[in-house]
Amino acid sequence: MLDIRDLRATVGDQEILKGISLSVQQGEIHAIMGPNGSGKSTLAQVLAGHPAYTVTGGSVTYDGEDLLELDPEVRAQKGVFLAFQYPVEIPGVSNAYFLRAAYNAMRKAKGEPEVDPLEFLDLVERKMALVDMDPAMLNRSVNTGFSGGEKKRNEILQMAVLEPRLAVLDETDSGLDIDALRIVAQGVNALRRPDNATIVVTHYQRLLNYIVPDVVHVLANGRIVRSGGKELALQLEERGYEWLTDGAEVAA
Amino acid sequence: MSVASFVEDFRRQPPAGPAWLAPIRRTAIDRFAAAGFPTQHDEDWHFTSVKAIAGAEWHPVAGGQVRADDLAPFTFGTDWTQMVFVNGRFAPELSSLRGLPAGVRVAQLGDEEVVRRHLTTMAPTDVAFTALNTAFMTDGALIQIPADVILERPIHLLYVTDGEAARGVTYPRTLILAGRHAHATIIESYVAVGDAVYLTNAVTEVDVADGAHIAHYRVERESERAYHVGTTEVRQGRDSRYHSFSFATGGALSRINVYDVLAGQGCEATLDGLYLADGTQHIDHQTRIEHVAPNCGSREIYKGIMDGAAHGVFNGKVYVHPEAQKTDGKQTNNNLLLSDQAHADTKPQLEIFADDVKCTHGATVGRLDEVALFYLKSRGISAESARTLLTYAFAADVLQRIDDDTVRAALEALLLERFVGAAEAVATV
Repeated sequence: MLDIRDLRATVGDQEILKGISLSVQQGEIHAIMGPNGSGKSTLAQVLAGHPAYTVTGGSVTYDGEDLLELDPEVRAQKGVFLAFQYPVEIPGVSNAYFLRAAYNAMRKAKGEPEVDPLEFLDLVERKMALVDMDPAMLNRSVNTGFSGGEKKRNEILQMAVLEPRLAVLDETDSGLDIDALRIVAQGVNALRRPDNATIVVTHYQRLLNYIVPDVVHVLANGRIVRSGGKELALQLEERGYEWLTDGAEVAA
Repeated sequence: MSVASFVEDFRRQPPAGPAWLAPIRRTAIDRFAAAGFPTQHDEDWHFTSVKAIAGAEWHPVAGGQVRADDLAPFTFGTDWTQMVFVNGRFAPELSSLRGLPAGVRVAQLGDEEVVRRHLTTMAPTDVAFTALNTAFMTDGALIQIPADVILERPIHLLYVTDGEAARGVTYPRTLILAGRHAHATIIESYVAVGDAVYLTNAVTEVDVADGAHIAHYRVERESERAYHVGTTEVRQGRDSRYHSFSFATGGALSRINVYDVLAGQGCEATLDGLYLADGTQHIDHQTRIEHVAPNCGSREIYKGIMDGAAHGVFNGKVYVHPEAQKTDGKQTNNNLLLSDQAHADTKPQLEIFADDVKCTHGATVGRLDEVALFYLKSRGISAESARTLLTYAFAADVLQRIDDDTVRAALEALLLERFVGAAEAVATV
């Protein structure tokens, strides 16, 4: 489903990704872990097409297509979803409108008719129950004045509404208390299907108690230094990253 | 039109009106004769040249051809009190003055005691355009709300100009008197039917007595070839609240002044605005909040969106007198530029002569936020829709500060039409 080969990317003139390769099959959950500055968030954002990063080498193939050639909105329409580490506040646009605009843009891209506000309200309220969100949040401006936990739940709500084929969760667990973490994980698990895949970028092992990965990759200094099963995450929890990253200087 | 020809017009045929007004008019025209039109050397006019006004011939205007149907795009609630002026003249056949609570007056400015006592007391004639309005005004509106009256429905003053006014000048004058603890919402609109070149030089005086709450919305949708200078002068009494909102999208050149004197303790003033300019339009706002008494608060948010080769200007002054301790003031101006040739000048100013106050100000001029655009696109929303949505949102944010649902919805609809296209509806689902 997703095949990343020797991917290199820079921000400004600093190289952050220094040759990343990994393959994700449908039905799988991959965890990407690593110390601060290892490049794991960069990888997530490059997959979504963030304009701040320049891809300088390698390839990303998604369902047989060159993902890097596609504009961010086309990637999304083809089923790639990034849950942002820092969701963006958009004062003046209601959450309801934003969600419906996104949902209808996806439908339009697939040649399906758009849904009207009432039909959509029905759908979105069911999805909100998944992440235990108050329907009143629909009428507030997107992420504006939301707490950290509310913002992360709102990301998962968007994921629930858009039903992506490939979801990339960028440190969705950071800053969440254990209850919020459980709710977010529960949402992610409920959305899991045999024909989709999830990449979970995280700094902490604790999220993986709730979202159980098939493969764990450890990133350090822009490279994958170790891949393994879910037990690798437990080892990292016990021993830290140093035993793997030894010798590799950590990027800023 | 030179200063001399205005003065000559005045001498040849002084405008009709009550005897008590004549000496006030003479003082006004003398002041104008002495000072002339402002130039860009004047600090208050640094970013705006009025040469196009000063250099043209402006004739007196007779009646117009406006019909009731023409007003549909500009009216708000159908059951509102609406006073219509066509080319500066009261048009009773287009107005609806019924259904007002006892004692509330919405009437033509006339020769009566209450007008004599208040007219020209809030708007000093040391400002050139105010002097001209005072010298030449012939018609206008009086709104008088007695003490303790709470008006349920807003009052709309609609100043319309049509093609009959081509190359003409009108001098609308409005006097608003809110009694102690009165509550009211008043909308003043300046709009055009057609696209004539004309000059509107309007002055509004507002007296907000102790404890009164007044929401005062101003909508400027003049013809895109017109010139508009409008000044609102407000005086607030103790514990009063005044909210001004200036929505401006019209005119080749518009200059809107909102001056508010917080004369009594415990006042709250909120001065907000939104200006949208395209093509070669020039829209300039100047505000002045004068904290005279202690323990008053003022809030101000102005936003502008400029496209094409348009020029937006904001100059906001907060002036705190030595006696005005415990003043709490906050002033913000944000500008969004949508093209390379559009530009904005912003000059928020604080002048503080008291030592125990909390005042802040800030201004920005920028483009659409790349990260926000990416966020929307990452959800499948097209690049173009993302841009229009963020532009709409930038503007709609400040409209949220309008309390009246009908006015807010009408202005949101104008924004949608302009930025998103009528096919979409953003506000709330």
